Amino acid sequence: MQSDNHNDIIDTTNAVISIRGLYKSFATLDVLKGIDLDVHKGENVAVLGRSGTGKSVLIKILVGLLRPDRGIVKVLGQEVDKLKGKELDALRLKIGFSFQNSALYDSMDVRRNLEFPLRMNFKHLTKKEIDAAVEEVLEAVGLLDKINQLPSDLSGGQKKRIGIARTLILKPEIMLYDEPTSGLDPITSIEINELINSVQRRYHTSSIIITHDLTCAKVTGNRAAILLDGSFLKVGTFAEVFATQDERIQSFFNYNFIT
Amino acid sequence: MRSGSKKFLLSKGLDDYFIGVFNAYKFIGRFFREAFKAPFHFRELVNQCFEIGLKALPLITLTGFITGMVFTKQSRPSLETFGATSWLPSLISIAILRALASLVTALICSGKVGSSIGAELGSMRVTEQIDAMEVSAINPFKFLVTTRVLATTITVPILALYCGFVALLGSFVNINAHESTSFVSFFEHGFDTITFLDMFTSVTKSIFFGFTIGIVGCYKGYNASSGTVGVGRAANQAVVLSMFLVFIEEVVIVQVSNWIRLF
Repeated sequence: MQSDNHNDIIDTTNAVISIRGLYKSFATLDVLKGIDLDVHKGENVAVLGRSGTGKSVLIKILVGLLRPDRGIVKVLGQEVDKLKGKELDALRLKIGFSFQNSALYDSMDVRRNLEFPLRMNFKHLTKKEIDAAVEEVLEAVGLLDKINQLPSDLSGGQKKRIGIARTLILKPEIMLYDEPTSGLDPITSIEINELINSVQRRYHTSSIIITHDLTCAKVTGNRAAILLDGSFLKVGTFAEVFATQDERIQSFFNYNFIT
Repeated sequence: MRSGSKKFLLSKGLDDYFIGVFNAYKFIGRFFREAFKAPFHFRELVNQCFEIGLKALPLITLTGFITGMVFTKQSRPSLETFGATSWLPSLISIAILRALASLVTALICSGKVGSSIGAELGSMRVTEQIDAMEVSAINPFKFLVTTRVLATTITVPILALYCGFVALLGSFVNINAHESTSFVSFFEHGFDTITFLDMFTSVTKSIFFGFTIGIVGCYKGYNASSGTVGVGRAANQAVVLSMFLVFIEEVVIVQVSNWIRLF
């Protein structure tokens, strides 16, 4: 596996995401039990872990889709759970969220999917400016020729790319990817990994990549964090995490390699 | 941090019922707060009115016409016994404009529009499209719920008036087949007995029915869960609950209008 990480663009003095003592539970199920994490400007952090360990819950808390039970979650210097209404919307415009199942609006074609967030948030934009923005992001994800197609006519990988394009159109400072390669064949997964890296280079974004795909984590992450049993067992470079002797981490890696 | 077994205030069923009622009231309250606050999505509202009208129009035309025709056919023998067939236009007009048109339209819209709204929003919820709107700083409640509820509230009364007209047309066709009555004479006779209160009550009822169909469909769809099963359940519950509420509203509004009629 060839790492394509870009450590030279990371500003380690400037944390764009800062999480301290984060707890979240659903009914009797404690999902996150005291999470601490910093994501620096320009950095990609891959969060690895088994299904159901709360990886997606973590990024949903970062955009205010879920509220934490306890702890401090700061994104771009603002405490997310203290924000409401317009303040929360202003922060959300700076965060791109790529959903596991792409979440494209299936009643709209690709063009309208991409135009929609722009039209709703920036009413002063002209048709020409919107068209230019749509074409720019479609070109960035390599799907300019799919502009008039409906989501139902796209493959899984193409949907993921359009989903990423829809977030890029708002020029976010932070990208949150929820299982970007799940359900994709190995070649399409490689293409998505390359796209994540090119987004980091081209748009200078900081990202959290939620995945259980080791290749994706290694190729896209400047650092990796292993989330098991509701807390981070290890945070560091992929090599550091991989070299750890913790039995639970080793069994997670072994299982992934076997399967 | 919560842990341990969940405690119920009364019993699980009663707790869920009261929580459900509370959430429904909160949902309705939010609709009224959002409906009168900018930004207004006029284009989406017009689009939804058009969608709802188009969806229900063929069925309403057919049902309205047949209802008028069959009702006239079934009423004729009873009136013939008393030699009062000339009263048919008045009888049919009262029955259709006071009760049948708005009720038939509401039931058709509950089935056709309510289920479609419930399924559409339910599917958007389980495929995270509503979350996608939220993280793009778009208010999904305002864009999806407010426009749909306003659209049903506006469209159902218009469809009910249309249904009434088509039903009277069906009635005229039947009457004309038995005795030569002119179109103008039929409507003159029919509308002689119709008062302003009848029309006002009918339109008011339809406004309530339209609001009910929209808000129930949106509530069930917007709060759908559990994957595709949840979508089906949302669509089904939207139809059943809105029909039930339509009948309750019919009884209440008729009682109130009859009470007003006494003065």
